[in-house]
Amino acid sequence: MAIKTQPVTVNLGPQHPSTHGVFRMRVMFDGEEIVDVEPIFGYLHRGSEKLAEERTYTQIITLTDRMDYVSSMLNNQGYILAVEKLAGIEPSPRGVWLRMIASELQRIASHLVATGFLLQDLGALGTPLIYAMRERENILDLFEMLCGARITNSYLRPGGVFMDAPDEFWPALDRGLDDIVNTIDELETYLSGNEIVFSRTKGTAVLPPELLINASITGPMLRASGVDWDLRHRAPYDYYDKISFERILHTASDNYARYWVRVQEARESVKIIKQCIEQIEPGEVRPSFDEVPRLIRPPAGDAYAAIEGSKGELGFYLVSDGSIAPYRMHVRASSLINLTLLREMLIGGQFGDLFVTFGSVDLNMGEVDR
Amino acid sequence: MIGLGLPRGFVVTLKNFIRPPVTEQYPDRHVGLLGAAKEAGMNPFQFLVKKPADSLKAIAGLATVPVAVKQSPRFRGNEFTYFEDRCTACASCAKYCPLGIIEIVSVPGKIDAQEGESYKLEVFDIDIGRCMFCGLCVEACPYDALHMGTNFERSKYVRDELVITKEELFDAPKRPSAFYRPQFEEKGFDPFKETIEDFHDAGRHEQKTYDELKKKWVDER
Repeated sequence: MAIKTQPVTVNLGPQHPSTHGVFRMRVMFDGEEIVDVEPIFGYLHRGSEKLAEERTYTQIITLTDRMDYVSSMLNNQGYILAVEKLAGIEPSPRGVWLRMIASELQRIASHLVATGFLLQDLGALGTPLIYAMRERENILDLFEMLCGARITNSYLRPGGVFMDAPDEFWPALDRGLDDIVNTIDELETYLSGNEIVFSRTKGTAVLPPELLINASITGPMLRASGVDWDLRHRAPYDYYDKISFERILHTASDNYARYWVRVQEARESVKIIKQCIEQIEPGEVRPSFDEVPRLIRPPAGDAYAAIEGSKGELGFYLVSDGSIAPYRMHVRASSLINLTLLREMLIGGQFGDLFVTFGSVDLNMGEVDR
Repeated sequence: MIGLGLPRGFVVTLKNFIRPPVTEQYPDRHVGLLGAAKEAGMNPFQFLVKKPADSLKAIAGLATVPVAVKQSPRFRGNEFTYFEDRCTACASCAKYCPLGIIEIVSVPGKIDAQEGESYKLEVFDIDIGRCMFCGLCVEACPYDALHMGTNFERSKYVRDELVITKEELFDAPKRPSAFYRPQFEEKGFDPFKETIEDFHDAGRHEQKTYDELKKKWVDER
């Protein structure tokens, strides 16, 4: 006998611990089933793109830190690549290796945060999140050694990085990489075989690859559906063409696949960092101020540079009119574009899977709203 | 349904349950009798006899000792170190600041000021209530006069007190961070233990002798 139910509209957020920031969803339920979802965002809008129009090219680096605040180094890298393309700057090799190491460390940190919060949303209160955050803390300590800040790094400069790594950084990095591998092993023993995780995440929020491609979704979400698309491999920037790494693919395209791809990618990042350490050579970390002055005046024109961020393709589009500040800056924010299929993922699902699915997208509201 | 996954997970949690904690206590750490005696500089029996009240407190787990925080030398703390003798009031820092929070008012010290002479500084205010500690001002300083500080305990009740004035910068202990100052790392300077008294030590260049300076400024012109 079916119980007669009536659709109920529930407002989730914006102040909700599981919304990863200030995000609001107007959800219509029929019993336990989700009938309709309307995402509402913009609560964290700070106008970074507009603010960039009145800042010099070096000052904008501090704005990009605050877009996706769990992967500042990757944001820095995307922006710096766009500036180098726009102004025709030839970067220093050591600076490029250093920023690759920094950004891969940041990718591990971001994936750890994503995994921890996914499990937190799943109901594993605290434990996996604390394990993931404990390891992220070690990575942030390494960043503090490199650039003096933990989250808002501003480490990269056009042409490289602002300062060479200190001597105590390299042994600490070696130790840190071993710790990261141990933590990922631990996390996988703990979670990847766990029956509760299986039953909650396998087969939920399945998206066909065609739909993902049509919605231009990138990153671990796309690779979890079996599409081999990684900008580090497809359009190598920096020195990724000198690095060999395995592309992590999964075909299930459900919440478990997204979790699995992130964990395995963190492992691959460790291997990439080890190759970087082998190939890095002594030298200058940034061009001299005669070649790249503090106040850059790129010729009039535009440039788009994209990197494989922790959440997908992170692109920066800069238009210059020949002055010291960009005429326009646009950010292709991967979080915002990954959000577009939220409705398709959730409709027809159960209420209990709502936040798990939301967590598996790995959003960062700072990047969605900018 | 239930297989080996759950027991394996519990083994991991058990391992983590018995490992030493990684949490760092701040600003104080609770210690037992041994720790309290060590802090007072005597052995536990002396401590028991001489300070019975304190040792009772320590046995009850209420005694605390202050903790030194682990910081890297490049840490960008929320204050600044400033050497007035190195500053020429060129205002590069003010121009480079993304938020424009550094205010500099300078006047020539005398009417016929020559190149290389410093200007008289009237106002040098840094409004750290709006500062984001990106360090670009320090990077811009051509004479190594402004450095990031290492202290971070600077919370105030009133916003106006967050403005660092010239006088405060003059009087503050000189504990510069090694951020964008490789010369401190080369010297092995530890900002958490020592201070820099002489402004010559803060520069990135070797100090020139009198003859070299005379050659540069007098003979070559």
